[in-house]
Amino acid sequence: MTLLGQFALWAALVIGLWCVLLSFSGRWQGRPDLSGTVVRSVYAIFGCLVVASLALWKGLISHDFNMEYVWAYTSRNLPASYIFSAFWAGQKGSLLFWAVVLSLFASAAQLLTARRYAHLMPYVAGVTSAVVTFFVSVMLFAADPFERLGFTPADGRGLNPQLQNVGMVIHPPMLYLGYISLTIPFAFAIAALLSRRLDTGWIHAIRKWTLVSWLFLAIGITLGMWWAYVELGWGGYWAWDPVENASLLPWLTMTAFLHSVMIQEKRGMLKRWNFGLVIGTFLLSIFGTFITRSGVIASVHSFTQSNVGYFFLAFLAVTAILAFTLLYTRWPLLEADVELESVLSREAAFLFNNLLLVGIAFSVLWGTLFPILSELVRGTKITVGVPFFNRVNVPLGLLLLALTGIGPLIAWRKASAGNLKRQFIAPVSAGLVTLMVLLAAGVRDFHATVAIALAGFVAGTIGQEFYRGVRARRRMHGESLPLAFARLIGRNRRRYGGYIVHLGVLIYFVAFAGMAFKREREATLKPGESVELSSPFGHTYRFTHLGISQYEALNRIVSAATVQVEKDGRSAGLMTSEKRQHVDSFKRPTFEPSTEVGIRSGLQEDVYIVYAGSVNGTEEAVYRFNINPLVWWVWFGGFVLAFGGLITMWPGGGVSSSAPRRAQPGYEVTLAGAAAE
Amino acid sequence: MTTRREFVCLSLTAAVGVVAAPSLGAANLQTAQDSLAGRGATGTLRDPSAAGRPRQPTDRRDDAEIQAVEQRLACSCGCTLDVFTCRTTDFTCTYSPELHREVLALRDDGKTAQQILDTFVAKYGEKALMAPKPEGFNLAGYLLPGTLILGAGAGLALFIANRKTAVSLSPAAPADSPEVQASPEELDRLRRALADIED
Repeated sequence: MTLLGQFALWAALVIGLWCVLLSFSGRWQGRPDLSGTVVRSVYAIFGCLVVASLALWKGLISHDFNMEYVWAYTSRNLPASYIFSAFWAGQKGSLLFWAVVLSLFASAAQLLTARRYAHLMPYVAGVTSAVVTFFVSVMLFAADPFERLGFTPADGRGLNPQLQNVGMVIHPPMLYLGYISLTIPFAFAIAALLSRRLDTGWIHAIRKWTLVSWLFLAIGITLGMWWAYVELGWGGYWAWDPVENASLLPWLTMTAFLHSVMIQEKRGMLKRWNFGLVIGTFLLSIFGTFITRSGVIASVHSFTQSNVGYFFLAFLAVTAILAFTLLYTRWPLLEADVELESVLSREAAFLFNNLLLVGIAFSVLWGTLFPILSELVRGTKITVGVPFFNRVNVPLGLLLLALTGIGPLIAWRKASAGNLKRQFIAPVSAGLVTLMVLLAAGVRDFHATVAIALAGFVAGTIGQEFYRGVRARRRMHGESLPLAFARLIGRNRRRYGGYIVHLGVLIYFVAFAGMAFKREREATLKPGESVELSSPFGHTYRFTHLGISQYEALNRIVSAATVQVEKDGRSAGLMTSEKRQHVDSFKRPTFEPSTEVGIRSGLQEDVYIVYAGSVNGTEEAVYRFNINPLVWWVWFGGFVLAFGGLITMWPGGGVSSSAPRRAQPGYEVTLAGAAAE
Repeated sequence: MTTRREFVCLSLTAAVGVVAAPSLGAANLQTAQDSLAGRGATGTLRDPSAAGRPRQPTDRRDDAEIQAVEQRLACSCGCTLDVFTCRTTDFTCTYSPELHREVLALRDDGKTAQQILDTFVAKYGEKALMAPKPEGFNLAGYLLPGTLILGAGAGLALFIANRKTAVSLSPAAPADSPEVQASPEELDRLRRALADIED
């Protein structure tokens, strides 16, 4: 199977190079048959990579430990689901996963894109094939997943215990899907620039793809936070780790694009900016891969590091130079149709929102790279950890949250004083009431208080938008409340789906603010001994250590420490935290013992217990107890955000993509047009 | 064949059994809890090596102040966590327990939190801190993003405010706009509806 896999990779490389050559040479323009060849090459690459993927999976499933990758990431006693996910657990497999999914997306783009964009498709095929070819080259020349060992070990090393978690089965693919799908908008942008078809056509063609990328990245990031929370055991979900930051960067710039593209559609502005955002977002996804793979910056994601990072750096540099040079050559063709009229307009609010999103992306990138910069400039090594990122980014995040509430309240083109007063009075009141409630409740943390009060303001904005929309529908169509609500969303999914996304964002912010009040303590307890910890919501938890049991599971020896939990004097059941020593099928230890935390999640707070180890091999246990407020709401916020994203991208229901609605000068004309519809 | 008397006796017995069961169950549970290994005297683990690195009992001096200091000190194992979080999370790390002992020793010497931090910086360099001191070149790290954003925002606002707009600001309809065939009442209703939506 390794021969077949390698042959498939070589075939993909040759076909990919042929496709790139043909598409960029432009000879297909005079030869429609060559255009068809370019597109069919994309499908052929996908076929080759499917064969290569099946060959790798076959090796994994059949425990072919002569394959270096299978030996390095699996063992005979590894549960089946993790054998499946071992495909992307290591460097080489994840490169193949990336390549095959990208070729799938490239094929889907060719199949699903409307015929009216046919003039772009050979260029799109060329760009996607170039990226796939790069990944295949890295595999063939630096990270071959089908490499064989000189002998056949009796068993494999097994999978890193931190990766033996359901979150790691789902989280990396989701993040990869987000990263990978960013190539499609990038390919359309380059195609539009190459073909000089710089109207809004390319933007309509990629609308769904941008939403798909954004949604997968959002889900991937949230699942990553969940995995870090339940698996790493440090008591939180976001540590500003370079790899976490790398996943956030393209999400921020893609969020900026999703907003600024509306201005181009409605007003014909920000054309250059939108090209820049799409190109920049793609480059950031490659940069993230470079950070993950190179080990140039210390990270908890050290299990994927190798020297292939520098291939990505070279690819990043070449792509950036080519793409921005191309954009520069088309600069004069990208003049705005109209110009901004007022600072007090929705366009300006979107522009400030874009500035802030890109600014935050820069800030995160700056902080991530600052240790390298400091060493270069001063020759001094420094650590840029959580306190630095919080200090720099929390104020920017709060500004962004405020703009989330302000943007929808301002009219297009130019807002009047009366309009502003009418729009802002209810949301501002909601924010002030929230602030007063917080102060009355004794909340004194500045950033958390501001975050929650601003969340109240944004909730007021969203509530007002829904209320007015529903009221207008009921008045005009006489619909019942639930029907009007459902139709309001169904008939304008993009707008109201977007508001639901905003709701998810504000839930995130409130939940993040909650962690400012977390409580933690360490304790060493003999069986029967207790320790108390009070929560920010006024509850008192009492933890009584009951003892430690040891038993063998499928691929590990488990030491389980059990704690009796009492909340305000009433029993809240038992909680267990484990140390797991993973072993191979010969019972030989494979990794250092890992920790499985005990978590009891509630709407107010999570009880989070970590069994650190035992004193002198006895049942006297060292624990860390955490009370983490509002964590459940992080996951719920992620669900709401994903739900809103799905509504936004659901087919139909919105304005036809072929007939973009422009904000017209003159209220009467817009009214008449709307009435006529 | 069960007689009526036997049926009543059986029913009463069953009812008493059902009522008594939870309390008996609780007694059993209590017994079960009491019999858990290690209750009272400390038992020994069958395989201590499987439970990770042997731990020292938490020092009674390990109070909130020590936690606060350690949360400002970076662990040198490459985990990107602070000393307190690392030593209570990555139990294979040998650096953070050692750093913890150093913090305790400095505290025993009567040093304040700031003096402990300064001692660490003097010994290990600036990388010992979780965040660089906001001074000198480090100020660029703290201030540059915010300054750029504020500068760009202010510049953008000024630019928009000062520029001449390309299209007329007049709210009147353009010349080629269609005639509106609607009664004043209809137009008024539309205006109110659109004022509600305010897109």
